[in-house]
Amino acid sequence: MTLRKTLLRGLLPASGVLLVVAVAGLLVGAGDIGPARAAEVVLGGGDADARFTVLELRLPRTVVAIAVGVALGVAGAVLQATARNPLAEPGLLGVSAGASFAVVLAIVLGASATTVAPYVAVLGAAAGCLLALGAARLRGAGDDPVRLVLAGAAFSGLMGAASSVLLLANQRAADEIRFWTVGSVAGRDTDDLLAVLPVLLLGLVVAVAVSPALSALTLGDDVATGLGHRPRRVRAAAVTSVALLVGGATAIAGPVAFVGLVVPFVARALVGPDLRRLLAVSVLLGPAVVLLADVVSRLVVRPYEMPLGVMTALFGAPVLVAVVRSSRLPAL
Amino acid sequence: MKPVNTMTEARRLETASLTLAHGHTPVVRELDVELPPHRVTAIVGPNGCGKSTLLSGLARLLAPREGAVLLNGRELASISTREVARTVGLLPQSATAPDGLTVRDLVRYGRQPHQGLLRQWSKADAEAVEAALDAADLRELADRRLETLSGGQRQRAWIAMAVAQDTEILMLDEPTSALDIGHQLEVLEMVRGLAARGRTVVLVLHDLTTACRYADHMLALSDGRIVAQGAPAEIMTPDLVRALYGVESTILTDPVHGTPVVCPTALAVAPEPASVTSEAVPAAT
Repeated sequence: MTLRKTLLRGLLPASGVLLVVAVAGLLVGAGDIGPARAAEVVLGGGDADARFTVLELRLPRTVVAIAVGVALGVAGAVLQATARNPLAEPGLLGVSAGASFAVVLAIVLGASATTVAPYVAVLGAAAGCLLALGAARLRGAGDDPVRLVLAGAAFSGLMGAASSVLLLANQRAADEIRFWTVGSVAGRDTDDLLAVLPVLLLGLVVAVAVSPALSALTLGDDVATGLGHRPRRVRAAAVTSVALLVGGATAIAGPVAFVGLVVPFVARALVGPDLRRLLAVSVLLGPAVVLLADVVSRLVVRPYEMPLGVMTALFGAPVLVAVVRSSRLPAL
Repeated sequence: MKPVNTMTEARRLETASLTLAHGHTPVVRELDVELPPHRVTAIVGPNGCGKSTLLSGLARLLAPREGAVLLNGRELASISTREVARTVGLLPQSATAPDGLTVRDLVRYGRQPHQGLLRQWSKADAEAVEAALDAADLRELADRRLETLSGGQRQRAWIAMAVAQDTEILMLDEPTSALDIGHQLEVLEMVRGLAARGRTVVLVLHDLTTACRYADHMLALSDGRIVAQGAPAEIMTPDLVRALYGVESTILTDPVHGTPVVCPTALAVAPEPASVTSEAVPAAT
């Protein structure tokens, strides 16, 4: 059947790339454990240094990058369908900024980072999401995809500035989360991941459950109602899922922009606009993009590392420009 | 899921003293209408008379301000929207789809009311999609993207989506607007075919002659009230045309189909909003 073929056209390359970058994530690093020594570990041998680097540092980091990638890729696809806007992206719309401001605020107020961060971040993400979509639904703004991004950029800037003010006033918090605020998966371990996993899984479940109804909403509210959906409830569920996914991802990796833009953009090129197919492909493509960015971030300024958020911006900004410059934005 | 035409008892959709409003302005007032089962009903009337609003109310897009829409005697508002979606299908005016969607993708959406978390895509769904593609004569175009089709083909694809929904009652809001006459006939012939296979179809139409030609039953609406209802040949009179549009007209008879043909001749001198009842003189036969 042709539909299955279309889906495979997306799943095969996405899983291929994911496999390659996942292996690269274990083999490649900024330090002096090269691919050859790391490969011995992967094959079951290796010396103590190499074993520690690969199994205790790179493996958890790779797993965290995969989780973050799944969350951001899926959140991007869901948010784009909800806003009916190919530029809607958690980072650009201020969802990530809302989440990170909430975390900064909580830490400045004395909370410990790992335990409360996911829940606080989800609340911040939900607030950012509602503000951005609210702005998009204002009269006249809904038909202009770029205006939504402008509103989001303004909100992002505001939240970023507010976070900076809080951190300037509080040196301890600033030291604690400096790397976190630029987005990074370095140094995260399994405990960090376990703390956000429930949030991410819940977000995924909601995204999958709401996807048929949400895809019907891309045909317009009236058609969706005719098909037996309730548009308000569907949008509320979609926003909930985005908030859970972005909040969880931001809690563990900090604000990582553009993944939610790049992943649905590439997925749409592979399998077309159907949301359920987009989600299936995004689940693989999201981690592939984050891992790729993470691996490259280890290599470009050796022996140092570039923050992940900087790397994804380098990937994502050209895609943003390409989408905006394309003679006409694809209607969603 | 049985095909609708084998069902023994038709489901009836009617309104009881239905008032619909946008904001505070009542648009449709205290309406009592019944949709004859297995027939094509056309809703006609001047711009802003409440045609589309009435359709929205019948399809529960708009909640009644007063009164009710009844499906087999049950209030529509009290039935879950999913259940309604298995009985009443709706194609709103000027629906838009995301770029890149194929005809088959679109038609598959029609099966959503029959699916759930536990009831996934089935053979019956696939068959209903293929049947709808056949009914719309779109089999050859099934894998084409919507944006590459002509206006008539695209409209047929949307109707095919509503057909795949396999509802006994099907509502189409101005399905022929913005189509040339060839494409209009394409769509309207398809509608007749659906009624012949046992569906109850409700259309909002602008053109009186087209409505007379394709509808079995007509609801003429003016200022939110029913001015006349009945078979087109019985209710279509110069008095009705004047009451609806403030236009003088001559009613001819279509030499091929025997249905009324409305020829507007001039604007009425004094627009006469007086009510015209359905016992008005039948058109010349």
